[in-house]
Amino acid sequence: MKILVALKRVADPDNANKVKIPADGSKVDTAGLEWKPNPFDDYALETALRLTEDGKSNKVRKGEVVVVSFGPKEVETTLRSALATGADRAIRVECTDEQLDGFLVARALAKLVETEKPDVVMLGKQAVDGDSNQVGQILAELLDWPQAAFAATLREESAGLLVGREVDGGVLEIRVSFPAVVTVDLRIVAPRSVYSTATDAAFKYNDGVRFAPLPAIMQARKKPLDTKSLAELTTEKPRIRYVRYEAPPARKAGTKVVDVDALLDKLKNEAKAL
Amino acid sequence: MANVLVVAEFADGKVKKTTHSAVTFARTAAAALGGSYSILVLGSSAGMAVDELAKLGAAKVLVAEDASLGNYLAETYAPTVAEVAKDYAVVVAAASGFGKDLLPRVAGALAAGYAADITEVLSSGGTLQYKRPMFAGNAFGICVIDSAVQVVTVRQSAFAPAEPTGAVSPSEKVGIAPSGKAAGRVEWVKYEQVKNERPELAEAKVVVAGGRALKEQFYELLDPLADALGAAIGASRAACDNGYCAPDLQVGQTGKVVAPGLYFAIGISGAIQHLAGMKSSKVIVSVNKDGDAPIFQISDYGLVGDLFKVVPELTEKLRAIKAG
Ligand SMILES: Cc1cc2nc3c(=O)[nH]c(=O)nc-3n(C[C@H](O)[C@H](O)[C@H](O)COP(=O)(O)OP(=O)(O)OC[C@H]3O[C@@H](n4cnc5c(N)ncnc54)[C@H](O)[C@@H]3O)c2cc1C
Ligand SMILES: Nc1ncnc2c1ncn2[C@@H]1O[C@H](COP(=O)(O)O)[C@@H](O)[C@H]1O
Repeated sequence: MKILVALKRVADPDNANKVKIPADGSKVDTAGLEWKPNPFDDYALETALRLTEDGKSNKVRKGEVVVVSFGPKEVETTLRSALATGADRAIRVECTDEQLDGFLVARALAKLVETEKPDVVMLGKQAVDGDSNQVGQILAELLDWPQAAFAATLREESAGLLVGREVDGGVLEIRVSFPAVVTVDLRIVAPRSVYSTATDAAFKYNDGVRFAPLPAIMQARKKPLDTKSLAELTTEKPRIRYVRYEAPPARKAGTKVVDVDALLDKLKNEAKAL
Repeated sequence: MANVLVVAEFADGKVKKTTHSAVTFARTAAAALGGSYSILVLGSSAGMAVDELAKLGAAKVLVAEDASLGNYLAETYAPTVAEVAKDYAVVVAAASGFGKDLLPRVAGALAAGYAADITEVLSSGGTLQYKRPMFAGNAFGICVIDSAVQVVTVRQSAFAPAEPTGAVSPSEKVGIAPSGKAAGRVEWVKYEQVKNERPELAEAKVVVAGGRALKEQFYELLDPLADALGAAIGASRAACDNGYCAPDLQVGQTGKVVAPGLYFAIGISGAIQHLAGMKSSKVIVSVNKDGDAPIFQISDYGLVGDLFKVVPELTEKLRAIKAG
């Protein structure tokens, strides 16, 4: 199986409460925050690796994992670490975040798919900077491929995937045949969420994503990383344009109450919430 | 024609409450554009939804009824939505699991821009501007969409459900657009519904949410408390991931977004991803044994204590209050 994984780097999501909006509302200032891979994209990579291996002997890839990121030179750090973790090849599409919206990323990915011809394009369900939640679904439509959005479990079958999707009120199971677009949800990296046909059903993964062993980090420098220009893939303009940004309304810490009686008294008489 | 199309969410013979929030958005947007709004409902028995939808003040209720629309799949629904949407300026659904799966695909079909999870619609010189949370709710972006059709989903908790107007809208049948190849390569297998007799999380006036600290006693402790309050139950990611509760209870950046009148955070530390889903609640109460837990920074009332003692006591005393 050949899988194309889309990786975005975002300003450190665990410090997103440190983003600042200048008084003129002209931008979201992430200065001082570290760049990290979008957590869902880390999960997408882990999922792609699980689908292309036998869980018990995971040094050998059964197929190919190609990672792609749209962004400036610095995103190569993210791509290199994906190569160290197990991906075979990387592509960086030179551009800035300002040149993109979800539609353009999808349009450019669709163009890349023409030459890469993967069986699966694997994405995160959302990038946690823009929380836009759209690239995978748009891409699936542009390619006229089935979409397995918000996948929480995946089983490889002979010519497709059995997918468990967490939806409102329960879990929906669908089957897609290759080629397909998959976007992954949080619980995709639980120990029993993803199985390739090579992995024994009794096998249990460690919870979460794997880390690159040190020698692999050295070897990753020798793995191929190609660069393309955005214009090679699309010359369209973004359709979403931000005119300004605002800080959210501030919420102040209230009071600590000493016991249950004090809490109930406050809820009844002060907040009038009971 | 600057009109708005609402895509209704309809399942098991019922129109979902999410649709009413999308209609509230449509009323504001249509007024700003000087147009009207219509509602599109799809399904193998979509006709059943007409009476209820016709009360919501739409210019028309459009009905796409066909056996091929039996079990919802984006691949089979998107072509018809896109075909109908071509005549509208804005297409909207709620940012539910349904809306977030379907509408971006529709945007793809229309080569349109899509803005997710918007919390407010503004208008500037006749152009609609959409306000939406980013960075786990730590920033709001105000955007415009530069495409012939604009596609959006709206955050349910930010738009009060639309009330009936008293009038009855005419209804009209619409044809099913042919599906692409994708529809032939996806198969609906089964849906396992989590049994839930409580109010819907996104609509509840009171939410009792539990975190990792509750362990296997999640329901044992929270069910009686939720009963005493008539509340919905929510959870942190850690509680869901560990299997203490159903995954669809997750509140947060990547779970459900709620804004009830009263929110209880029980044994939840207050990670930013959790806050993103509940920060707009009117009154927030938290119970945590760690007095420095970040959740206290956004709570109106904080009780430092062991939840295994506090929750049963709170439940008892609430029952006593209810009993008068
Ligand atoms: C991409 C991504 C998306 C995420 N999305 C979400 C999301 O949508 N929603 C979400 O909730 N999280 C989300 N998270 C996870 C989030 O970062 C936190 O890990 C999670 O919210 C922690 O859950 P918790 O507060 O239950 O657990 P913990 O952080 O472990 O907190 C447990 C709390 O319980 C308290 N406690 C322990 N014992 C007791 C006791 N006996 N009595 C009282 N208090 C006690 C502790 O003091 C602690 O504060 C996401 C993370 C990532 C990376
Ligand atoms: N600049 C980018 N580079 C690579 N992948 C991206 C980029 N932007 C979005 N993606 C992919 O699309 C997914 C959904 O992003 P979004 O729709 O923007 O929330 C992400 O999780 C990534 O897999």
